[in-house]
Amino acid sequence: MASAKPKSGAAGTQKARLNWAAIEADPRFRALHRKKNVFLWGWMIAAVVYYFLLPIGAAYFPGIFNRQVWGPVNVGLLFALSQFVVAWFIAALYSRKAGRDFDPLAQDIAKDSHKFGA
Amino acid sequence: MKPSIPSAALGLLGLSASLPVWAQDASVNTHKTLTLSLFAVIVGITLMITYWAARRTHSTAEFYAAGRSITGFQNGLAIAGDYLSAASFLGIAGLIALYGYDGFMYSVGFLMAYITVLLLIAEPCRNTGKYTMADILAFRSEPKKVRTVAALSTIIVSTFYLTAQMVGAGSLIKLLIGIPYETSVIIVGIVMLAYVVFGGMLATTWVQIIKAVILIIASFILVLVVWGKYGFSLPGFLNAVVNDPNIQNHVAKLLGDKAAGMSPEELGQRFLEPGLFLKNPIDQLSLGMALVFGTAGLPHILMRFYTVPTARAARTSVIWAMILIGGFYVMTLFLGLGAALNVGPAAIIGIDKGGNMAAPLLAQYVGGGPESMLGNFFLAFVAAVAFATIVAVVAGLVLAAASAMAHDLYVGVIKGEHASAKEQVRAARVATVLVGILAIVIGIAAKGQNVAHLVGLAFAVAASANLPVLLLTLHWKRFNTGGVIAGMLVGATAAIVLVLVSPNMTYPLKVKADAEKVVAEAPARRAALQAQLADPAAAAKAQADLARLDADVKKAEEDIAKVGDKRSSLMGLEKPLFELKNPGIVSIPLGFLAAFIGSLLYRDKRAEEMWDELYVRQNTGIHAE
Repeated sequence: MASAKPKSGAAGTQKARLNWAAIEADPRFRALHRKKNVFLWGWMIAAVVYYFLLPIGAAYFPGIFNRQVWGPVNVGLLFALSQFVVAWFIAALYSRKAGRDFDPLAQDIAKDSHKFGA
Repeated sequence: MKPSIPSAALGLLGLSASLPVWAQDASVNTHKTLTLSLFAVIVGITLMITYWAARRTHSTAEFYAAGRSITGFQNGLAIAGDYLSAASFLGIAGLIALYGYDGFMYSVGFLMAYITVLLLIAEPCRNTGKYTMADILAFRSEPKKVRTVAALSTIIVSTFYLTAQMVGAGSLIKLLIGIPYETSVIIVGIVMLAYVVFGGMLATTWVQIIKAVILIIASFILVLVVWGKYGFSLPGFLNAVVNDPNIQNHVAKLLGDKAAGMSPEELGQRFLEPGLFLKNPIDQLSLGMALVFGTAGLPHILMRFYTVPTARAARTSVIWAMILIGGFYVMTLFLGLGAALNVGPAAIIGIDKGGNMAAPLLAQYVGGGPESMLGNFFLAFVAAVAFATIVAVVAGLVLAAASAMAHDLYVGVIKGEHASAKEQVRAARVATVLVGILAIVIGIAAKGQNVAHLVGLAFAVAASANLPVLLLTLHWKRFNTGGVIAGMLVGATAAIVLVLVSPNMTYPLKVKADAEKVVAEAPARRAALQAQLADPAAAAKAQADLARLDADVKKAEEDIAKVGDKRSSLMGLEKPLFELKNPGIVSIPLGFLAAFIGSLLYRDKRAEEMWDELYVRQNTGIHAE
């Protein structure tokens, strides 16, 4: 049955009780999680689609993948290598975005968290 | 006589167990001593670290999470050390050496998997968990039920992965230096246990960091030499691959009848095109799904995020891990093709059919070949790197399984969170010893079994059972205990059952049919090869092919004898029920669906009441431990 006690012994006792619902309803928090959701899920979907183009292309579009564009270097090989570039690009983009946008906003909310009362 | 190759071949035939390899040939002796000394150096350094770490490991946070004292960059190295197993270093390089482009497709998936970890898992995990995956799942559900199921899934995933590593350790060390299989498994088990029991996560982390550094440096040197010969020109290097007669012959053999009418250049170019290894596109998609969604559900990877102080450091660590892991996998292209070019696919297969010796043989070539001292030093060095790789990965896996047993099952479920700090650490150490012994026993019991599919299965279970419930816990307010239990049980069961009825299993009728085909075709091939013996130019090659043919026929006859009257697989099937080798494409959606339905059918007010707290905490890091 559903247990009524807080999450875990040690963690719950030392920390001040916060009004989580009030923080959740705060416009700054709403803005933070909306921004994060759009960014994170958007790039997640883009990355997955780009990745699955590789096995799909290799299996169903040999004409394109086998086309040689630079000596023996073919489109398939360049496309596979481009996956690394895309992964690194998304990582760099996220690092920048989080450092500039998400982290300051989250810190701001955390700093004021006790003001919401229990 | 080439010194190292006979030693490895002896290892393969199982002769080394009864007859010391060094007794065969004096030059093998130096090579073995060299390898053993390098092993000893690595074990010595890591045990010193363990001693240092042991003096800093007293509390549970220190044992499970290195006191959250690891920096983002260090953790990035450790993630790379935890993730780049012998399967990547030896296995992927081997696949590329034997199948060209298709092998490289694996490399891409292993990096792309980290996008999921980076964007969806690392930071929320750090913000809401403590030591294990179950901490996150139990946050707003009924802790005892959820911890039990999550611990079970953690133990299953880690044990599958662990078994593959232990069997790999035994076979590889035997192949590399001729130590018997059982001894190798026991040595790896004991060394790894020393790290984890005494030094906990701190020692494990530093072993993984050291291993990542030497693995990446070793690969980098090999790539510099192999690619540098062509002035670091990609077309120049690939031209050499395309025009290499050994590779052309190998592709012709892979293609069989389809090779008729192709020019040597076309055959060489074919090596750089898809389709030599992966035949079924749906199977490839399925494997890709398991990689991309499974990595973020691997408990031993998730656990690494608890070792850093903040969510920001967790993010930095994934970004460093992606740089290192990505850089490594780009290098596998040059390692694999370089081995094919310089050692030759036939020579690689001659030592190990799976191609696992491609990287070590390439190292030997780069150092000056089998006759040279430097060549053997390089071979010994790469063998030592492979050994370090195995112990580092195994240590991470054992820690993950032990934390599920001690923190989730013992402290969380049995003791109902009422255990003193001292009791908790003791439980963690006892669980580690249990899991370590289990790993050694399974490793020895699974000798000679085909365990290659177990790593794939570990990823599939992680993707089907763990990832759906993690994502839904973090993102869906209505999600609850019923969803966690249904999702994990259905996801894991679906993945395992589909593999049990898949072509991965051994089907006696098929083994027999394949073996009978080899025997039936042998006389014709033998006649053809004997005809070639008359031609002085082709005689040497024909002689070698004849010897291989005899070995194949002998193996086939043994297989037929072994099969006997057996007609069905372990599951009582005469042929596979499920045609894909990788279950992900079916089991991952099933895991999500079950998690979804399970939640809707279950009432749990606490799950919704706790939602605001979880959602605020995962996004802001308030109250993160």
